[in-house]
Amino acid sequence: MTEHFPVLIVIAPLFGALLCGLFGMRDHRVCLPIALAALGFSLACACGLLIRVADSGPVSYFVGGWKQPRGIGIELRADGINALVLVAIAVVSIIVAVYSHRRAEHDSVSKAPAFYVLFLLLTVGLFGITVTGDAFNLYVMVEVSSLTGYALIAMGSQPRGRFAAFQYIIMGTIGASFYLLGVGYLYLHTGALNMAQIQEILLASSTTAVPLVAFALIMVGLWIKMAFFPLGSWLPNAYTYSPNTTGSILAPLVTKVTVYIMIRIMLSVFTWEWIFQGTSWNQLVVWMSVVAILAGSVMALSQTDLKRMLCCLIIAEVGYMVGGAWLANRWGLVGSVYHILGDAFMTLTLFLAAGIFAKRARIYSIDRLDRMFRRQPLVMSGFAIGALGMIGLPPTCGFFSKWFLIRGGLESGHYEYVIALLISSLVNAVLFFRIFEIAYFGKKPSAGHDSGAHHEEAHDEHPLPHVRVDAHATDLIPLFAAASMVILTGLGSGWISGLIQRTLDEAGVPPAEVTLPGPSASKAP
Amino acid sequence: MHFLNEHIIPFFNYWIYVIIMMLGLHAMIVKRNLIKKLIGMSIFSTAIILFYVSIGVNNGGDIQGGKPGETHGNIPVIEHELAQEASHDPSTIDHRRYANPLPHVLMLTAIVVGVATLGVGLAVTLRIYRDYDSIEEDEILAKIAAAPARQTDD
Repeated sequence: MTEHFPVLIVIAPLFGALLCGLFGMRDHRVCLPIALAALGFSLACACGLLIRVADSGPVSYFVGGWKQPRGIGIELRADGINALVLVAIAVVSIIVAVYSHRRAEHDSVSKAPAFYVLFLLLTVGLFGITVTGDAFNLYVMVEVSSLTGYALIAMGSQPRGRFAAFQYIIMGTIGASFYLLGVGYLYLHTGALNMAQIQEILLASSTTAVPLVAFALIMVGLWIKMAFFPLGSWLPNAYTYSPNTTGSILAPLVTKVTVYIMIRIMLSVFTWEWIFQGTSWNQLVVWMSVVAILAGSVMALSQTDLKRMLCCLIIAEVGYMVGGAWLANRWGLVGSVYHILGDAFMTLTLFLAAGIFAKRARIYSIDRLDRMFRRQPLVMSGFAIGALGMIGLPPTCGFFSKWFLIRGGLESGHYEYVIALLISSLVNAVLFFRIFEIAYFGKKPSAGHDSGAHHEEAHDEHPLPHVRVDAHATDLIPLFAAASMVILTGLGSGWISGLIQRTLDEAGVPPAEVTLPGPSASKAP
Repeated sequence: MHFLNEHIIPFFNYWIYVIIMMLGLHAMIVKRNLIKKLIGMSIFSTAIILFYVSIGVNNGGDIQGGKPGETHGNIPVIEHELAQEASHDPSTIDHRRYANPLPHVLMLTAIVVGVATLGVGLAVTLRIYRDYDSIEEDEILAKIAAAPARQTDD
């Protein structure tokens, strides 16, 4: 049983999706228990796998017992990094499943089974991406998660969401196709699809142009998929206008899992030395991530819509993670992996809270969060924990990931990246303390409108501003579960970073003290 | 002529795939009609399929089991004898004798993925047409700008 954990994680939600499709059409109320059972099983398997990996190193599993004679079998592989990501995906999807209670049916009853089928298939795709050790299988899983994501966004009641979904389909297909093309060139060069085999053959052969082309194609494809700044124009619209439940599962997971793919490709297909030795392109990517961080932060500053502001912050966070991985420094990479987990939980907390504000109080814009601490004290304090994480205050995980990333930036001499991180934290502080201020003390009446303020409110479309709105248990339990994960990930940062460090040792990443002979070394202090 | 013989003719498939891919990419980005964008997407993914199929083709590759000297074109066939040969010692296979079937099999999956993507894209386009009465991007954007949608609470 335990040796089958890697495949069971993926299979459980797949069967869950089938069962939801079969029985949900008759009675949609069976969908949620099925989804929870399937995801709970996956979570148990993921935790078991994490414990095993932490105890005894990487686990390899061949689907169907097809061992590797000629690259035919598909290998599933779990090491410290993806075991952590698997647990994070399982936790986030369970939290969102609880949160979806009564929300999925709210739109229209007939759509609820379809929602759960797509939701479970999305998690199948994400689990599959994370656990697979096969480059082509990864493409298929990316497409499984993307296709369900497009459908989930388009299912909402907003026409703009559907138009955003269309643009996402176009961009997502370009990204996935570039990845596929890159894998094709790798196959042309090595004749293998298994990541470990590709790596073996690449290391043995002298570097030629073909792996370089493959690497560039794969990276560009993944950057489109993860919304790395100039390539991420599809993200804000797609996530803002998606239904709240959909936004809460896509925003924390999809971009982060794509960052994980990038790190996996960098570590397991190409190697650390292959990428960073003797070339200076990592300087360029770090600068691109600086631009992404600053652009995301500036865009967030100009937003009035709460969800849209959070979407812009996601673009900045993607910049953190890409930059961290490309610093050519071990601490940067640790910070990048750790931030995948931390950012998933922080984004989840904020999106859940934004969804509750929208549903219970019909609040979409930041200005209308008027005295929210009094009207929804519990929801607002959950939101506050997520916000403090984004700003980076201890003991939330946001503090530790920034700590690792800044340390990596300083050690590798990329001061521009450190400065961008600090500016972005400052912008986050400005954004969220503005929200806190509005939520604590109420909106300051602007000059000349003092007397008109009440009058205005009375004629507002939603005349609820001072009514205390209560949140249901299905709102609060997921929200507090997510908020406590933000803090737990922070408290467990020592253990988690230790596990990541050990995995990086196995992947042959040089220790932080050793600077690589390359352009980055000349800049290092 | 030398350039042609050296660089174009042997890699003819690859040149064509790049050209087709660029056509598709152009349509996806530049065309304003949503259906034309989807057509571009189809062309784009077909180009990649052509690329993979070209990898597997082996000029003079033979069907295993045919009479010596009798060629059957470039049909990729993996047969019992080849499998046996592989099971003894994979390194003894003479790769020049066979077309590689694996990229072709991979493309079956990619074709399915492409069809599914196209299906989702067409379904979304249909819904967009119902919402906006148009499949021209400019007109839809104008309608969005005219009536900024308020978020709903679902």
